[in-house]
Amino acid sequence: MTVTSTASTAPPSGAEPNGSRARRPRISKRSVPYLLLAPALFFELLVHIVPMLGGLWMSFLRLNQFFLREWMSAPFTGLQNYRFALDFDGAAGVELFQSFAVTIAFAVITVGVSWVMGLAAALFLQRSFPGRTLLRGLFLVPYALPIYTSVMIWKFMLDRSDGMVNATLSDLGLGGERFWLLGNNAFLSLTVTAIWRLWPFAFLALMAGLQSIPTDIYDAAAVDGAGLWQQIRTITVPMLQPVSQVLILVLFLWTFNDFNVPYLLFDQAVPSSANLISIHIYQNSFLTWNFGLGSAMSTLLLLFLLVITAGYLMLTSRRSRNA
Amino acid sequence: MRHRRLSGVIVLILVLASSLLSGCAREQDDERTLTYWASNQGNSPQQDRRILNEEFEKFTARTGIEVNVEVIGWGDLLNKILGSAVSGVGPDVVNLGNTWAASLQATGAFVPFTEERMQQLGGRDRFLETSMSSTGMSGRPPSSVPLYGLSYGVFYNKAMFREAGIEQPPENWSEFVDVARDLTRPSQEQWGMTLAGASYTENAHFAFMLGNQEGAQLFDSNGRATFASPRMASGVQRYVELMSEHRVVNPDDAEIGSATEAVGNFATGEAGMLVAQNSSIAAIRAAGMSDSEWGVFPLPTPDPLPDGGEAVRSHVAGTNIAVYRNSENKDAAIELVKFLTSAEEQSILNEKYGSLPVVSDAYDNPAFNTDALRTFSRILAESSKQVPMIPNENRFETTVGAAVRDLFARAGTNRSVRSEDIAEALDEAQQKMRSGGGSTR
Repeated sequence: MTVTSTASTAPPSGAEPNGSRARRPRISKRSVPYLLLAPALFFELLVHIVPMLGGLWMSFLRLNQFFLREWMSAPFTGLQNYRFALDFDGAAGVELFQSFAVTIAFAVITVGVSWVMGLAAALFLQRSFPGRTLLRGLFLVPYALPIYTSVMIWKFMLDRSDGMVNATLSDLGLGGERFWLLGNNAFLSLTVTAIWRLWPFAFLALMAGLQSIPTDIYDAAAVDGAGLWQQIRTITVPMLQPVSQVLILVLFLWTFNDFNVPYLLFDQAVPSSANLISIHIYQNSFLTWNFGLGSAMSTLLLLFLLVITAGYLMLTSRRSRNA
Repeated sequence: MRHRRLSGVIVLILVLASSLLSGCAREQDDERTLTYWASNQGNSPQQDRRILNEEFEKFTARTGIEVNVEVIGWGDLLNKILGSAVSGVGPDVVNLGNTWAASLQATGAFVPFTEERMQQLGGRDRFLETSMSSTGMSGRPPSSVPLYGLSYGVFYNKAMFREAGIEQPPENWSEFVDVARDLTRPSQEQWGMTLAGASYTENAHFAFMLGNQEGAQLFDSNGRATFASPRMASGVQRYVELMSEHRVVNPDDAEIGSATEAVGNFATGEAGMLVAQNSSIAAIRAAGMSDSEWGVFPLPTPDPLPDGGEAVRSHVAGTNIAVYRNSENKDAAIELVKFLTSAEEQSILNEKYGSLPVVSDAYDNPAFNTDALRTFSRILAESSKQVPMIPNENRFETTVGAAVRDLFARAGTNRSVRSEDIAEALDEAQQKMRSGGGSTR
């Protein structure tokens, strides 16, 4: 009793006397969360939402070299930039469409292969054996390397005259003398480089997911006579679904927007077979100085990704509810 | 009470915002300090900085104006200039590729060099006429003035010429192809010439030069692209054929993205000839080839010239210098331009960089009296033509340069490049250029 009364009446030594505390504006409990959130909200607005709205606004302007300096006075052109970007009779519209198709193919292949490789490696490393930790570390190296370094190494390896890829191929008697950074081979080079960089992330996520599957399920399955392949198909993959769902979405968004890999691999000479949409947008705004058109394309990309994400989330959440 | 709390939150946000924005605001410039963005003219940015700082010490001693030099690589320069044009935050004085002059003039980022300002620099007549033709749209005061002069020429390896029994440089295009063929020995990894097939700027320059030799009109009087013509196509064909048909160029060159890499092939003796600007001299020396080992002759033309063709052996190449409209120190900035275009500094800097003075009164320096530099300066003064000074020039470089790059990719992968393919590629480039999606005012 004495203890509680002391605590409620007498402030701890060194604190202000009661009188001044009464005059201070009181912060009610209800506003505390909002106050704590306010800085984060403010910066989120500043860093993400405001530039996005700015881009949206730019896409309705004729923002080219004549108006760059006084971009506040660039004329409003309504939907003209969108009409131009989506005019599939003109050279620009066709190019955008091609670039879009290339990007879809690139994203689907990269995500699919990364997921399969990640799962295979995670399963392989699940059982304990000597050297497992070393191997696990080794698998994660591509993800840990700075992107610039790893892509430049690939660029050197894919060089026609003195790259390692051609040298190895010709040593194996499989040809060589091939251009990997030009023409249609460029798509393959781009995809391989991207997968190499990305699959360790899939591996990491799936490995974490595997830890949550109880081992006695496998034991029970083994007792019932299920083989390894059956166990993977009926236990592992379904039980990894929550992890896979998020993983595939994230990987898809990353690859679909990938700029670094093609930009570093091909410099400004990006062949049309590897012309990803982000590169296409960059070239249409920075090389031709038509930022209105570039913004319109970016907005279209954003809309597409929003639709894909929403559709994917709807589909997967319904499936998991049914399951 | 609730309102009070809400307004408290708003005040907090506003205070944060204002402190951030004031962080963005430009620091008050020191009155006597200029920021100068220099293009990379020498072998390395370090060398550039050293050369320029040495000269600026003199400038500071004479005028009391300090100069803060930033050397920017060619790959980044245009984007950085664009960025500063948009934001209004940038240097006081800047270097630019002279082919961008009209495109950048259209942005309004630079101070026009009116008659009065040109008088401050000693008058328009001091400057070479050709270099002066590449400073902005015609009929308007130039938005930049020439600084370093460059032109294309054909570098050749003297020992390889001797070995192949070639006694004198070729005089027309078919002789040129023959010489290249004589020099080509694929089994010994030796090729007639080398080029940067994946560099869109280089490709656009060659399309311009060879197209003009065929009499192609690139743009009509309204600045509308008209380069998808049979004449232009035959110019481009002559260039691509060096790899596809005549096979005097290593297919590997289809992957070369910069002129510097091609210089490497030439300097190491992998190729007997290289068509490049005189700025490459420094790089050739740096790669270990001494001046006595190579010679220069002008880019050959077809003989006889096709109807309407011109004996264009180079575009008017070079670096210009401009003053930002946003500079708070324009008088000092003009003073710096005056210093850099003075006869004395033109002589010193161009000698060090291997480029050509753009003012006639700087040619007294015996350093410019070598055979090679005399050839380059004659080409610049007499047989070079300025690229069209229209705001869309940058788009010509990107669209046509990329089209030629794709043709080289075809040639390199052993697929034939027929004249139909070239016509089609040019037509596509022209469509892209014409339908610029609101690229007009």
